[in-house]
Amino acid sequence: MKRIITAKVRNRSGVLNRITGLLQKRQFNIESISVGRTETEGISRMTFVVEVEDFQKLEQVTKQLNKQIDVLKVSDITDKAIVARELALIKIVSNGQLRAEIQGIIEPFRATVIDVSKDTLSIQVTGKSEKVEALIELLRPYGVKDIARTGVTAFMRGQQPQAGQEQAPFSLLH
Amino acid sequence: MVKAKAEHQDNNPTISHAPKTGADLLIEALIDANVDTLFGYPGGAVLPIFDALYKKKSSFNQVLARHEQGSIHAAEGYARVSGKPGVVIATSGPGATNLVTGIADAMIDSLPLVVFTGQVNQAVIGTDAFQEADIMGITTPITKHNYQVRSISDLPRVIKEAFHIATTGRPGPVLIDIPKDLAANPCADKYDEAFYLPGYQPTIKPNPLQVKKLKEALETAQKPVILTGAGILFSKATEEILSFAKTHQIPVASTLLGLGAFPGEDELFLGMAGMHGTYAANQALYETDLLINIGARFDDRLTGNLDHFAPSAIVAHIDIDPAEIGKNITTHIPIVGDAKLALKEMCKQIKTTPDFSTWLSHVQENKANYPLWYTKPETDMIGQWAIEQVFKETNGDAIITTDVGQHQMWTAQFYKFNKPNRWVTSGGLGTMGFGFPAAIGAQLAAPEDMVVAIVGDGGFQMTLQELSILQERNLPVKIIIVNNAALGMVRQWQEKFYEKRYSESVFSIQPDFVKLAEAYEIKGVKIDTQEELSEKLPDLLAYDGPVLIDCRVLQQENVYPMIAPGKGLHEMIGVKP
Ligand SMILES: Cc1ncc(C[n+]2csc(CCOP(=O)(O)OP(=O)(O)O)c2C)c(N)n1
Ligand SMILES: [Mg+2]
Repeated sequence: MKRIITAKVRNRSGVLNRITGLLQKRQFNIESISVGRTETEGISRMTFVVEVEDFQKLEQVTKQLNKQIDVLKVSDITDKAIVARELALIKIVSNGQLRAEIQGIIEPFRATVIDVSKDTLSIQVTGKSEKVEALIELLRPYGVKDIARTGVTAFMRGQQPQAGQEQAPFSLLH
Repeated sequence: MVKAKAEHQDNNPTISHAPKTGADLLIEALIDANVDTLFGYPGGAVLPIFDALYKKKSSFNQVLARHEQGSIHAAEGYARVSGKPGVVIATSGPGATNLVTGIADAMIDSLPLVVFTGQVNQAVIGTDAFQEADIMGITTPITKHNYQVRSISDLPRVIKEAFHIATTGRPGPVLIDIPKDLAANPCADKYDEAFYLPGYQPTIKPNPLQVKKLKEALETAQKPVILTGAGILFSKATEEILSFAKTHQIPVASTLLGLGAFPGEDELFLGMAGMHGTYAANQALYETDLLINIGARFDDRLTGNLDHFAPSAIVAHIDIDPAEIGKNITTHIPIVGDAKLALKEMCKQIKTTPDFSTWLSHVQENKANYPLWYTKPETDMIGQWAIEQVFKETNGDAIITTDVGQHQMWTAQFYKFNKPNRWVTSGGLGTMGFGFPAAIGAQLAAPEDMVVAIVGDGGFQMTLQELSILQERNLPVKIIIVNNAALGMVRQWQEKFYEKRYSESVFSIQPDFVKLAEAYEIKGVKIDTQEELSEKLPDLLAYDGPVLIDCRVLQQENVYPMIAPGKGLHEMIGVKP
């Protein structure tokens, strides 16, 4: 099963290596990792999407992460009400004639053209991973030259549903 | 006792006016941390540190091993016996990489170490400079934490944090990498950077509600068993465990590293469990309906095939490391915290329990009917018998270290540890070469006690250069080589599971160990028969100085009983002659 885990970590040299090394050593499959600074100086947030077999394995991931001295807090937010986003840059083959057609495709995705050359077009899209994937599929027939994706970054919504309330609709992965 | 000391009097007061350096700061921090014994080996990148040590020579007992692996295993033995952190200093590059085996060993066996490595000058880090190794990268997975100090003002704080991390929670090794320029350069007199570890707050105090669940489980249990691990030794909870088990008459099995946590000759004690454990201990773990694990980590050498491990039990697991709980075995009652506090809470809450006497007599019957056994030859020696003589001759009071292999398992089986912290062995990593240098560290930690290193002829050859330390200090370590002219444990597996294809496991030649001892001016004796051992052992053990005893034992002897790989606890072979 796919889970989204966030970790607040101290910005110390080697912390990224420490964590990716740990995930590799314990044979946890990472689909993506994104890292960036938070509102607090010296503290970064990491968001992992991991593929784990079962809850026991999942518990191990979070416990092992928590054990790291530079890790402040680990949360599995998969089943919480969350906002999860990814950014992708997609470079496709294009020429003057196709531009309008492509514009029509990307518009519903609220994607934007960020670079144009004689025979390529670069598009930026943000959103849930499924949305990013859907756009890439639509653009594929034009000839994708390059894709750069950030991986998911996520946090919890300001308001969490009360206990007992249906949570699934908020989840990215269901 | 110390022969060579006279030559090095403190005669260097003149340099005290030189400005303070990073190295001086480091030495001060060590003194602040109450370090009295240092296992160091010099080299280019740590020259400034060794120079600063020279000025403070009288503050430390400095132990110069002949290989950095010897230094770190000695530090491990020292830590295991003294309960204090072992402190190691090595140079950059090869000095640091020579420590790797010991660091990994300390990590998996939870031994507190603070390891200092030199590093090349900051200006050239990352350029493949002479003797540069990425020791941070190399040791990240095998340390509890590691630091590279990049600013001198961080150094005192980092050292304080390192000692704290190494010795609290689940103990482990912490490495501090120090660039040479940082140690060499002048610096301020003092830096007051506060100790700051917001991501490190081990849970010490167990949750009483979880203990209540254990109480409730005990109320309905019929076949409870306690598994004692090294966590009990680390938390000094031997009195508490004894009183708890005695009060409620619950039988006890131990892990390899937990030996000594519960008296080895007590009637409630079923022996070591696991691959070469006793039938009674393994059968109890198989049949139990309530398994209370205190401070053990359910290693695979203990559990055997997981499908058959305590299959009908409710599992309670007390551990200071939450990540160990539920890692290998599904746990119903997790109790995170210090073993001593947990046991105190258990003694407080759990006053009465059902009568377990039927169960107890059942497991005690197993113990009586299936004792550990060996078949004694007429005159020749076998390892089991020789080790039993050492046990008898020392009244079970000696500090025993072992290497890894058959002799290690025989010692765990036949030396009954009635007291804590007298057993030093490499469990998790199974590091050959550990036993002899660990004995040196143990002897330094307990100068008044008898220390016996029981080693194999194979493993001893991995670190025997440390005989120099015995010679230099006249350290009275007694080395017993259980000499089967083979990598016995490997030979055993090849006999059993590879149709006797003895691939590289039998030695066609061997050094003359007695002559070797003599080369280091150490008393060496070769013993060939039972009679000879019985006759000479008392004097050899009582001898005031180091002794090497080359015990020639029969090669074909195997360790039994045994759970074959992939098999369950209830499928032991060789339980009877
Ligand atoms: C450093 C290292 N290398 C290899 C092994 C694998 N190994 C385990 S036991 C053993 C044989 C040890 O032989 P010896 O020291 O003579 O002890 P014995 O089994 O004969 O008592 C070997 C090679 C190991 N545990 N450690
Ligand atoms: Mg041998």
